[in-house]
Amino acid sequence: VSQLGAGTTNRPDNTAFDQQRLPAWQPVLSAGIVIPGFLLVGLAFIGIGVALFVTSRSIQVLENDYTGTGSSVHCSECVNPKTTPCTCQLNFSLSALFQGPVFLYYGLSNYFQNLWGDLSKSPSSSCAPYQYDQNTTIAPCGSVANSMFNDTFTLYQLVNATRKTVPLDGKGIAWWTDYNIKFRNPPEVDGSLAAAFNGTVKPVNWPKPVYDLDPTNPANNGFLNQDFLVWMRTAALPDFWKLYRRITEGEYASGLPAGNYTLEIQYNYPVANFAGRKSVIFSNTSWMGGKNQFLGIAYLVTGSLCVVMSAVMLIVYAKFNSPDEDF
Amino acid sequence: MKRQVKKKWPEQEDKVRRLISNLPYEDLRRKYQPNRQYANNSIKTTKYTVWSFIPMNLFEQFHRFANVYFVVIAMLNFVPIVNAFEPGVALIPICVILILTAIKDAWEDFRRYQADKQLNNMPCSIYSRKEKDFVSKCWKDVRVGDFVKVVCNEVIPADILLLHSSDPNGVCHIETANLDGETNLKQRQIVRGFDGSFQPEYFSSIIYCEKPSNNLNRFKGYLDKPDKKKIGFGKENLLLRGCTVRNTDEAAGIVVYAGHETKAMLNNKGPRYKRSKLERKVNTDVLFCVALLFIMCLIGALGYFIWLETFPDIPPFVPPDSNNNYISPALSGFYMFFTMVILLQVLIPISLYVSIELIKVGQIFFITNDIDLYDEETDSRIQCRALNITEDLGQIKYIFSDKTGTLTENKMVFRRCSVMGIEYCHRENGDCLLTALRLGAQCETISDDEDIVFQKPKVPSRLQYRQKKGISSLRRSQSARTHMGARYQSEVFTITNEVAFSSPLETDVAPDRRLLRVTCDEKTQIQEWCRVSHCNGSASFMDFFLALAICNTVVVSTAMLPRQRVSDQHNLFCQVTNDTFSHYDNNVVTLFLRDSGSNNPSRRNSSASHHSEEERGTVSDPNGLCYEAESPDEAALVYAAKAYGFTLLARAPDRVTVRLPQGAVLSFEVLDTLAFDSTRKRMSVVVRHPITREVVIYTKGADSAIMELLDCHGRSAEENKRKKIASKTQRHLDLYASAGLRTLCIAKKVLSEQAYDDWASIRQEAESTIDNREELLMETAVHLETNLTLLGATGIEDRLQDDVPATIAALREAGIQVWVLTGDKNETAVNIAYSCRLFNQGDMVFTLNTDSREQCESILDCTLGEVRRYTAPSQSWSFQSIVGAVMPTESTGPTFGLVIEGRTLSMVFEAHLQMKLLELARHCRSVLCCRVTPLQKSAVVKLVRNKLKVMTLSIGDGANDVNMIQTADIGIGISGQEGMQAVMASDFAITHFKHLKKLLLVHGHWCYSRLAKMVIYFFYKNVMYVNLLFWYQFYCGFSGTAMIDYWLMIFFNLFFTSTPPIMFGIMDRDISAETLLGLPELYKTGQNSEFYKRATFWIVMLDAFYQSLVCFFIPYWTYQGSDIDIFTFGTPMNTVSLFTILLHLAIEIKSWTAIHWGFMVGSVLLYFIVALIFSAICINCNPPSNPYWIMENQMADPVFYLVCIITTVVALLPRYIIRVLQGTLALSPLVQARKLDRLSTEARDQQIKNWKSQRSPSEVPTNLVSPVDSFSNSFEQSFYNSSLEREMPDMQWDSNEETQNTFSKGHRRSISTMTV
Repeated sequence: VSQLGAGTTNRPDNTAFDQQRLPAWQPVLSAGIVIPGFLLVGLAFIGIGVALFVTSRSIQVLENDYTGTGSSVHCSECVNPKTTPCTCQLNFSLSALFQGPVFLYYGLSNYFQNLWGDLSKSPSSSCAPYQYDQNTTIAPCGSVANSMFNDTFTLYQLVNATRKTVPLDGKGIAWWTDYNIKFRNPPEVDGSLAAAFNGTVKPVNWPKPVYDLDPTNPANNGFLNQDFLVWMRTAALPDFWKLYRRITEGEYASGLPAGNYTLEIQYNYPVANFAGRKSVIFSNTSWMGGKNQFLGIAYLVTGSLCVVMSAVMLIVYAKFNSPDEDF
Repeated sequence: MKRQVKKKWPEQEDKVRRLISNLPYEDLRRKYQPNRQYANNSIKTTKYTVWSFIPMNLFEQFHRFANVYFVVIAMLNFVPIVNAFEPGVALIPICVILILTAIKDAWEDFRRYQADKQLNNMPCSIYSRKEKDFVSKCWKDVRVGDFVKVVCNEVIPADILLLHSSDPNGVCHIETANLDGETNLKQRQIVRGFDGSFQPEYFSSIIYCEKPSNNLNRFKGYLDKPDKKKIGFGKENLLLRGCTVRNTDEAAGIVVYAGHETKAMLNNKGPRYKRSKLERKVNTDVLFCVALLFIMCLIGALGYFIWLETFPDIPPFVPPDSNNNYISPALSGFYMFFTMVILLQVLIPISLYVSIELIKVGQIFFITNDIDLYDEETDSRIQCRALNITEDLGQIKYIFSDKTGTLTENKMVFRRCSVMGIEYCHRENGDCLLTALRLGAQCETISDDEDIVFQKPKVPSRLQYRQKKGISSLRRSQSARTHMGARYQSEVFTITNEVAFSSPLETDVAPDRRLLRVTCDEKTQIQEWCRVSHCNGSASFMDFFLALAICNTVVVSTAMLPRQRVSDQHNLFCQVTNDTFSHYDNNVVTLFLRDSGSNNPSRRNSSASHHSEEERGTVSDPNGLCYEAESPDEAALVYAAKAYGFTLLARAPDRVTVRLPQGAVLSFEVLDTLAFDSTRKRMSVVVRHPITREVVIYTKGADSAIMELLDCHGRSAEENKRKKIASKTQRHLDLYASAGLRTLCIAKKVLSEQAYDDWASIRQEAESTIDNREELLMETAVHLETNLTLLGATGIEDRLQDDVPATIAALREAGIQVWVLTGDKNETAVNIAYSCRLFNQGDMVFTLNTDSREQCESILDCTLGEVRRYTAPSQSWSFQSIVGAVMPTESTGPTFGLVIEGRTLSMVFEAHLQMKLLELARHCRSVLCCRVTPLQKSAVVKLVRNKLKVMTLSIGDGANDVNMIQTADIGIGISGQEGMQAVMASDFAITHFKHLKKLLLVHGHWCYSRLAKMVIYFFYKNVMYVNLLFWYQFYCGFSGTAMIDYWLMIFFNLFFTSTPPIMFGIMDRDISAETLLGLPELYKTGQNSEFYKRATFWIVMLDAFYQSLVCFFIPYWTYQGSDIDIFTFGTPMNTVSLFTILLHLAIEIKSWTAIHWGFMVGSVLLYFIVALIFSAICINCNPPSNPYWIMENQMADPVFYLVCIITTVVALLPRYIIRVLQGTLALSPLVQARKLDRLSTEARDQQIKNWKSQRSPSEVPTNLVSPVDSFSNSFEQSFYNSSLEREMPDMQWDSNEETQNTFSKGHRRSISTMTV
């Protein structure tokens, strides 16, 4: 028995909310309403699709597999090298100007870098099992770092039978945030980076310690080595590219002129044991990134589909929406 | 505690409770207390204490399957070899869910704690030996064996054996409203031998009583006095905890049961837990999800194994375990299975259960807040007692309804009577016309009877008008009183119940002029009355009304001082007499005035309408007398007697005082009261006539019970006359029954002094026995009630509740079969069935009424054959015409009704003919079971429910409906006049039958469609999202890697996409309430579970697979072969799936209110804000990859937006197109109804009419009756309007007369079809 205060009753509030009478927009989807929508969306998509497709067409890509096994003939001498490091040459010629700025990528196939991008490692154990080497801390630790790609490329243009080095720009290939915020070197001891890494050992698979990655540029060492940063950004898929260098300097800033080129590859990284493939890619970019026909085609197809649907809806509307039946 | 008891009285332990007074032991320690083993009076209904809350609550929560699953998953995270997520993070969802539930539980428990505390600290008076008086203490201090005093209007703290009462008669009145909701007073008596002064200190008896039980009606025991005398006592000596003392200044007694052992507490069970049909389905689908999860994990495990096997050598990217060893591919595949379980765990929608609970809370909020389901009169809303079956309301196929109090108002109105074989039809009863409209009977129909001289009113308009006016104005004043009552209620006075109580009785009985004249004539003879023989014809009228006034158990109290019982203190009466006489004389004058009013227009004019209003007020309440009866029929009869001037003034156990029409006051000595019981079906009072000193027995009861007891075996003229009277009365009774009136016969018998003395001694003996006392008492009663003289019969109307026919018609249109199960007799029930349109005039009604098994079977077979003959050819027609289920009732052939008697029903059950009965019933439009017991009611419900596998709903208001209410899938209690037992057992409690229409058609539809759609959506949402992760496994070597940061992944389900579906489940309104009410047919979608079928589940699963494929592969192909990193790859997918999931919901949402917009836009904004912030601050989380600045980078990339747009469009295109086609073709009535909603109100109403006429051309009967219905409505309307106006235009009456004529015709037709 409710003992309510004076004047109050149990009467529910007669408000639009309580009585579920809030003003509402009640769309009824029907052919007549959606025809213009479909048409507009379809046309817009076709427009976007054309733009994407054209842009994508204009992007040049030059990809060369240099695994040395199977169908790839390049660098076959380095598959079972007598001497390490093994160096091989990859010759190609351009019949026309390769529009700059040109980006040089290396590509790996069937390489599951995302295996470590996985979530199976909690932060404390993210480095395991590559955290300690005989009880000494590994720097940088972890299996991603341990398996860092270490082939190197040098590009020459053959001008009158002489090799002219094409300058490759290794600066700024990593994400700005990676270089400036995420990764930090330990404070240098006595002006020496090597001393800062005292008490650590190099990863098992590495030929040289982290503070000695780039002998040509002392600033490009330690955790802030650009190649290291690029490698550490885990690839999403088993077939991936990673940016190696940009060709932005001097006469090559506007692109690679037509002619013959030689790419000298220092073949260090073994891929045979997991049936992987290595390739090197020259590409330029547009506002939409690298060459990708798919998105343009997808937009074109979907756009056409929408236009077709609007036609179908028109038929349906004409057939079934006779005004007397519509209520 | 139990063991202790056993030690003490090992042999008595299982049977009785022994207790003695605590007083001698007052100051001793607990150890020495004699009654210490019994529970004390402090109650604790809380489940937890502060300390036990966490462990106990966790323990309870882990009893649920869903939570166990979640915990197992969380534990799995901690197993080093398989851990996929960071274990701590994996605990977040389960913790959120556990904490939410725990907070809810804690809050509920805290409220219980507060209520307990308040109860435990209520004040009461306990006798103290030291103080030699009652001292004030708290309820919780009361112990078994204490002496407790309660005063008027105080609530009784424990079950107390009544030993003392301030009432000279040793009675104490209690009101049991808190216990069973019955507002009438119950009389309790002190234990025999304790009258006079009662001294607790000298109480030295030992009390033996039964063990605590929850049966309110059973209590037995005896007092063992020190002198070895035993005094028995029973339930009439027990004051129950929770009841309120009324009309008694103070009462005292010894506590026998306290605290949790009181009957009130034992009866107090918590809310019921039922599982809805939808939830059962959800559970099976969850199992499907488990199977799906298992398959997916198996694929993952096998895939990992095969993937490892493809490598000739161990690749550099496969890390060894921490010991630098590589485990075998098979074993790692096995481990991978569990990693997959953890990764894909969201597939099992655990949060679904929490969401469903939240949604139901919201749905119940809206149901209880519906103003249409609110009852102004009792100030009560609909109560939802079961919290988790709201959606079942939308799936009901069979309704089982009680009749009395459910379809009818259970407000008894005296309508007509037959005295000494002459019928008085009480035309003057104000709304005779209305009654006739409702009941299908009319005065004229009876006028054929040769015995009745029908008097047509000479100047009908004036007279009728005046009387109607009087009554309607009275009505108004009555409702005004109710309002006042509501106001009073808020104050300290709980007294106001009397208003609520007296309102169910229509106290206004306008006496039949003819009968009044007869009684008036007798008034002149009354002085001779004492000298005249009682069998004298004219005196029989006196006897008839005396019987009405006396033969009952009505309690009289005054309205001015409510609950102050009027006792028959003569001196008191003398003081009042003069006063009341003047009142009374006024009345008589008024009544005569009214008679002659037509001949004296000037007088009528002078006494304006308000005058009559005032007079009427006094008629109904001459000196503020108020009658409170256990059954409304009794009160109706007392009021009827009063209308004829026989006013019951006071009633005490041994004396009853009646004022006669001419003012004389007779005080009858009550020698005995033979209470009503269901076997005898009658009650009697034995009184000594104050004038003739004769012992007279007045009996009233069911006609069958009285008629066979009549003394008409002789051959004399006198006997012949009696026989003739009896047969005439029987005819009238049949007429009454067929008019739907409740009949009672009144009889009397004069007993010789000698015979009475003989009988009294036997009676005394029976009373003093302890064993099988009830049987003995009944035997003595049966012995006395023989050779009765019939005085007459009464017809009491139990009016149909408002809108019952319309409600039943709507429910039937909604494809619901309505069965009425009643304990009433055949004729009454059938008539009510016709009047509430359960049967239509054109229906073929089969009646099964037989005692023999063989006959029963053959009749069933015959009827079935008959029915099949009619239905077979029309079957094909009904197939194509009906959108929903194929209902034979909608075919063009005749419709059938079935009436089955209780006896036949039990025969059917005995002979295993249930299936035949069911088949027959399925062909019938309605089934009416009469004279069924409560157990049979529940058996019928169970039969239909189990055999037909349909959703059933039972609705009833009385204790006899409790079984059936509990058996059905949904039990609905009507909080009416018959107490709260039905409500207590019910899942929903409403105040009127008509509320069922909105509850089912609107709220049922909404709750079901909302929840079903939400559940389906929830399954979709989880599968769709999880599959994204699954597809990625094909590109990460089945390593259980996710391309989405796991915080965002957890947030995705927990925050970004959780609130819109909950809001959808609470608020979405696919069709407006008006359209749902206008087109009950729409309800069928719910009945056939159209929103959530097995196919629906799999279709939505397919859609989820499709959408997840799109959401994965469009970004995949876009980014394929680029230098994209893992989380940059995952971010557009996460965003795309958010858009897809929300827009998918947007397609399903049928009405967009501001709240919908808010939730949808809010979710998207929340996602972007959280993702941006998270990406900006998460510099070093989740190495080696982390989401730092990824969202920001993505949002600066045009491709991100292009991918989002195309993926969302492609993913939703199929569903959108299908919805558009559905909307265009409008095959389903729901879509058509939705289109109606967009029209203006008038256009919609017009369309609804068109629709109805299109869809059901066969519904001729409805159309036939509907003009009558509208007529009656308009009539009623004009009736009320006219009563509000001072001047009455003559035209108004003409229209009334017209209605009347239409009506009588209508009724003749109905009756003739019935008898055919």
